[in-house]
Amino acid sequence: MTLNKAEPGSGEHDAADDYVPSQRRLDRERYQRARARRATAIGALSTLVTAVVLYLVVVSAPGWPRTKETFFDWGYAREALPKVLEGLWLNVRLLLVCGAAVLVLGMLIAVARTLRGPVFFPLRFLAAAYTDFFRGLPLIINLMIVVLGVPALRLQGVTVDPVLLGGTALTLTYSAYVAEVFRAGIESVHPSQRAAARSLGLSNRQALRYVVLPQAVRRQVPPLLNDLVSLQKDTGLVSIGGAVDAVRAADIIVGRSLNYTPYIVAGLVFVALTIPMTRFTDWVTARMDRRQAQGGAT
Amino acid sequence: MHPAPRVLRRAAAVVLLAAAVSCAPQPEEAGKPSSSAGSACQKGELATRTSDKLTIATDEPAYEPWFKDDEPANGKGFESAVAYAVAGQLGYAKDKVAWQTVPFNKAFAPGEKTFDFDINQVSVSEERKKAVDFSTGYYDVRQAVVALKGSKAAKAKSIADLRGVKLGAQVGTTSLDYIDAVVRPTQAAAVYGKNDQAKSALKNGQVDAIVVDLPTAFYITGAEVTDATIVGQFEHQGGTPEQFGLVLDKGSALTSCVSRAVDALREDGTLAKIEQQWLSDAVDAPVLK
Repeated sequence: MTLNKAEPGSGEHDAADDYVPSQRRLDRERYQRARARRATAIGALSTLVTAVVLYLVVVSAPGWPRTKETFFDWGYAREALPKVLEGLWLNVRLLLVCGAAVLVLGMLIAVARTLRGPVFFPLRFLAAAYTDFFRGLPLIINLMIVVLGVPALRLQGVTVDPVLLGGTALTLTYSAYVAEVFRAGIESVHPSQRAAARSLGLSNRQALRYVVLPQAVRRQVPPLLNDLVSLQKDTGLVSIGGAVDAVRAADIIVGRSLNYTPYIVAGLVFVALTIPMTRFTDWVTARMDRRQAQGGAT
Repeated sequence: MHPAPRVLRRAAAVVLLAAAVSCAPQPEEAGKPSSSAGSACQKGELATRTSDKLTIATDEPAYEPWFKDDEPANGKGFESAVAYAVAGQLGYAKDKVAWQTVPFNKAFAPGEKTFDFDINQVSVSEERKKAVDFSTGYYDVRQAVVALKGSKAAKAKSIADLRGVKLGAQVGTTSLDYIDAVVRPTQAAAVYGKNDQAKSALKNGQVDAIVVDLPTAFYITGAEVTDATIVGQFEHQGGTPEQFGLVLDKGSALTSCVSRAVDALREDGTLAKIEQQWLSDAVDAPVLK
């Protein structure tokens, strides 16, 4: 609370010694404290009531005992957790490798799409065709084709490992999404920035590298994180090729026991993985903003 | 001050509302018929989902040799024939049977069932009985190993020979349990959502062999992956045969009637006749020890 601080405009720090708050001000502060307490109390009460209502609605539902047994069985949760974590390791590795590949490939495609000059037309066309195609193609079909179809060609030297193939399919689809995020970011930088950079004697490439991209990337962190979280969840789809990821590990136990608790465990594990990622990006964004503010404001 | 009582009044109203909501839902038993009516099993008068009709569920696509032409209602294929025989035993003529498509995994989800029973090659186990009701078994099933002809896995003569082989199976099947519990391979098994994906992985050399139930193995090697062969079948584990059962809602009033119908069909030889007609292939495959 800032109530005890000197009022703005009431004087400098050295004048605070002989400052005596007026009765009027003390009254006002007391009133404000009372209002704040009241707001907190109402907030707490209303939260409590909401929680109780939700609890009662769920628990008194006719199917609750059955649902509780099937979705929240502690024994199955304990059995599932180590297997789910083992599977999650596959998801994490896929996320790291595909995430890096997607960022690089997405950036290349976005830059290719924003190149100017007639000589680059084929490149622009190819980049546009790529994003159109892979953004439109359902990921699951892409995965089926790559994971199940490519080995059917029996090409020499091409892997049949479902994880590598699945990772390739994920990279193909996600780099198309991410390329669009990058392109939107690049195009969101005002043309005057590019013009100013060119007028300073920077080449087109230098303008892109030193002026446009740094501004663009900063704006793209939240949507990029969105795509990364989405990628993280979709890494599980490589299980169509037979690999056992966190969700499939849960599937295996569910199939045997017909108890769905392992799905809850797998779901929570993914959420737990996402939250640190979000906080990390928040931190990166905040740091970038601070730097920009320092550079820009003064 | 005036506002406080109003807040109290509002809070009281919310609490009362909460109490009212918590009392509102009907107890589950309200809609169910009494148990005495259920145990009578009067022909054609069971407390089915849709009165006067027996609703039977299975997944789509429905595979051979369990069904024929992906058409459960045609009475052809082992499970279709069994379903109609059970319906007949319960007093429902062929035109009183309604088929329904229910995905394998959804058949076990809690919540109201839309079918009277589900027939989908579901193995009975004590653990699964905690989630659903099963009829008595209508088929003793054995698991079999399928590999490409000429491959290392195809030459296996014993379970030990399979240990170093990359195996695959469908998730949620006892086939997968056999890999983990009986073969215990050195490489983790590949686990597929559907047998179709396991088959294509076998064709593509992503796995050396897959485990499926014996009739399915005969169908795969006979019609679908013709350059594959049945390596052998497993013995029953722990003495009790693995059986397929009809799946009913947990606590269903029909369970005892359906079980009785299955028992009657087994005793009068109908089940054996149906098995002979549709699964006659599934007899001799070398037993892996």
